[in-house]
Formats: sequence, C-alpha cells, structure tokens
Amino acid sequence: MFRRKTGSVTEELQLVPPSKLAIEDVSKIFQTAAGKFLALERVSLQVNEAEFVCLVGPSGCGKTTLLNIIAGLEKPDSGTVLADGKPVTSPGRDRLVMFQEPALFPWLDVFGNVLFGLKLKPNLTNKDRRDVAKYYLELVGLTRFEHANIHQLSGGMKQRVALARSLAPNPRVLLMDEPFTALDALTREQLYGDLQRIWKERKKTIVFVTHNVREAACLGDRVLLFSPNPGHIQDEFGIDLARPRDINSVDLAGYATKIMRSLKSFGAERADIAV
Amino acid sequence: MRRFLSAAGFFVVLILVWQWAFQARIWSPVLLPSPVQVGRYLKGAIEDGTLGYATVITMRRLLIGYFFGIIVGLPLGLLTARWNLLRDTLGTTALGLQTLPSVCWVPLALLWFGQTEAAMLFVVVMGTLWSVIIATETGVRNVPPIYRRAALTMGSKRLHIWLKVILPASLPFIISGMKQGWAFAWRSLMAAEIFVTILTGFGLGQLLHYGRELSAMDQVIAIMVVIVVIGLLVDKILFSPIERFLHRRWGTSQA
Repeated sequence: MFRRKTGSVTEELQLVPPSKLAIEDVSKIFQTAAGKFLALERVSLQVNEAEFVCLVGPSGCGKTTLLNIIAGLEKPDSGTVLADGKPVTSPGRDRLVMFQEPALFPWLDVFGNVLFGLKLKPNLTNKDRRDVAKYYLELVGLTRFEHANIHQLSGGMKQRVALARSLAPNPRVLLMDEPFTALDALTREQLYGDLQRIWKERKKTIVFVTHNVREAACLGDRVLLFSPNPGHIQDEFGIDLARPRDINSVDLAGYATKIMRSLKSFGAERADIAV
Repeated sequence: MRRFLSAAGFFVVLILVWQWAFQARIWSPVLLPSPVQVGRYLKGAIEDGTLGYATVITMRRLLIGYFFGIIVGLPLGLLTARWNLLRDTLGTTALGLQTLPSVCWVPLALLWFGQTEAAMLFVVVMGTLWSVIIATETGVRNVPPIYRRAALTMGSKRLHIWLKVILPASLPFIISGMKQGWAFAWRSLMAAEIFVTILTGFGLGQLLHYGRELSAMDQVIAIMVVIVVIGLLVDKILFSPIERFLHRRWGTSQA
C-alpha cells in the first residue's frame, strides 16, 4: 500500500495559526579560550501570536544565541523555550530561520531552493509542491527568476529567495537573524516594505534580530534592547505606529532616538550600533 | 566551431612538420616513421580488429576498476570526513598512498596476483581509490556549516542531509577528485599492461609493448596516438559536461 497524498495546494497555502513563544529563564554559557563567557543570563520573554518582536543590541549581547536557541539549533544551559506550550528541543519546520548570509544552496536553482523544504513535507504531491513554490516566489516578486542560478542574483534578490524558502513550508514562526545587514540602504528599504506586507498577509510570529535601532523601530511591534556581559534584556519599547511604516518618518526617528538614549544611558554605546 | 577549426588547423600543421622532419631524414626512418606509415598501421589494425579488440579490453579493465574505486572510495571519504578517528587513520593512509606514483603498485600486484586480470584490476583500483577518498573528505569538510543548519531548520535529518546537502555541496571537490582518480587509473593501467603479459586479453599497453619488442615504430606511435585520443575523448565526453554544469551553477568560471 502506498500512502495517500492527503494534502492539497489550497490546504497547504491556508494560514496556520502563528505560535506563541514563551522563553523562561534561559541561560547559555560558552567556553572560550579566555574562560567562561555568559552569553545569556536568565532571559525571559513572551512573544504573542502573530507578534513582530525585534531584538536589538550590540554584538556579543546574546541576541543571535537566543534566536538559535528558539530555533532549536542550540541548547540552553538552563531554562526552557516553549512554542505553543511545547518545549523546543530540536529544529523543526514550524520555526524557520532566515540567516544573515542567505545560506541558499548553490547546486539548486532558485526554484529548487524554494522547493527544498516542501519536499520534506510528505503528504503533498509534486505538483502541489511546485504550485506552492510558485506562489511564494510570486509573493517575493521573483517569478521571472525561478530558473536563475543563485550566483546570478543580487544580494537583495538572494534574501528574497531565502525569505520565500523560509515561508514555503508554512511555519508558525519566522526567526530572522540580521537578514538585511549586508544589503545596501535602498534595497533594505524595499525589503522593509515587503516584509511588513508579507507578515500581514501570512500572519507569522516573527522574532527579528538586528543591531540597527531604526530598523528595529520600523519593523517591530515591540523592541527589546539587549545588553552584553552577561547578555540580558535591558529595556523594552512598544512601537505604536501605524503600518506600513516608513523608515524615514519623523515619528519613527523619535522612537529610534528613545531606544538609542536608553542604550547610551547604560553605558553600552558601541560603534556597531547604527541609528 | 572557431575553436574546432583552430584545433584542427594546429594538428594539420603538426603533421606537416612531422612529414617534413621525416623527409629531411633528420632521424632514421626506423626511429621516426612518416605520418603515412603510422596511418597505414592504424588502418590495418582497425580493419583486422586488433585495435578495436585491444581498446575494448583496456577500457573494460579501466572502467571496472575505476567504478569499483569510486564505489568504495566515495563512502569511505564520507566516513573519513564524519569521524575524526577515521580521518587520523584511513585519511592519513590515503594521503600517503596518494603520493605514491600509481605505477609503483605494479610490482606488488604482479607478486600478489601473478599475470592475471586481478593484478590489472588491483592497480587501477589503487590508482583511483585514494584520490577519491581524499577529494570527498576535503569536499565534505569544506561545506559551509550554514547549509547544514539551514537544512536542519527545514526538517532535514541525518541521511537526508548527507544525500541532499553535504553530497551535492561537495560535488565540485568530488568531481575534481574523480578526474584525478581517472588520470591516475589510466596511467597505472598503461604501466600494468606494459609489464603484465597475460593471455586473458591483449590491451593497448600490450600492443605498445610488442611494438617496442618488434621495433615497429609505426605501431608504437599509432598506439600512443590512440591512447591520447581516448584520454581526450573521456575528458570531453565524461567530465566536461559535468564541469560545465558546476561552473554554471556555482558561477566559478566563465570558460
């Protein structure tokens, strides 16, 4: 008996309920040549369903480590991460990650890359998978490039493919680790708009790591300010602005200044923080 | 087409220079036969089936040994990359044996297996195996860890990651290792055929050897030409398309 393919494209493209994340008392220690390094100390935070939360802070403050722990790529030394009440122990496709480098597979073309995660979903037919991949390529505006090789794409296009690839398996949570850092300002602004639109359309819970305060204020419902030595949450800001937001708006600059002031007041002013 | 014409033109000139050297009697005709004599030998050898038969025998030995070497070498390379214990043992052995010119296996093969097909096979496998192991190991170790992490988050697990991520990601290394293995196997087989005279099959190397025994220089040169042509064809037919694909996908070269 072969397994019946029970899924369908419409079913696959339906919105899945976004997750609620509960991070409780998470600590992480790294052993380095210089000794023990406390990357995270008893960090707790709640992320609501379909909320867009930005983690901002200087490098070495543990924000990427926390993201990896939520992804299940790293294990905390103590504390727990719950996604919809269930503890996270390993990576899973309900929590997909978009990395700083696009991490696309060069041996596959654009289409093949988007298809990769879909092929791991057993109850879809190949035709369904192709239709789903096409849908997401259209969502990120790259339909014309579905057969392009990865090295032919610009940095911004690569991140669009990476976004489509992360969205395609229809995760409940999207974890984004400084995905726009390597891009030029113009491309970045375009992607801020796209990401807000897609987030609204696909209803995902998003945790977004950045060291760009303005970017955090532009994208997040909430911005959590991290501080290093040991890594912990220093401050929290609700961004009460209508969407879609424009990164160059005055109101947004006001929030960014507020966050920046808080950052400086804790003596954490660092060259790698951008406004 | 232009590239083909320039190549063809070059070889025509080469043959003309050869013909001129022959006519000028710089060397004795015994040492340097004319292109026509070599061509006549080739025509005869093709017509009476000698050449076709020898080519088939040689290629059969080569292909069997080569594929055996790959089938064994590829998984061993993957395992060597996976476990540090194997890297320090098998990996080091492979690295050492790879530096051994593959013709050096011939005396050992002769003593172990005698004048048999097994000796031939052994030499070809030894020529292929170590290159494939080392190239596969290097390839796997050079796969950026982020590919693995990305695949993990998409729900890819152990065997799936090896087959669908690590293996394709290390393909450029593996192919160049296979190409090197092919070159080593081809060279060692020729050496083996020249040294090993057996009755189970008369390969190109043996034709070359008997050309020398009979001082038949036209035969020696003709067989050398055949060996070169086979090498070129294999490169163009077997490896070039794969390399072109890799270059196109990875964007590594404009060639």
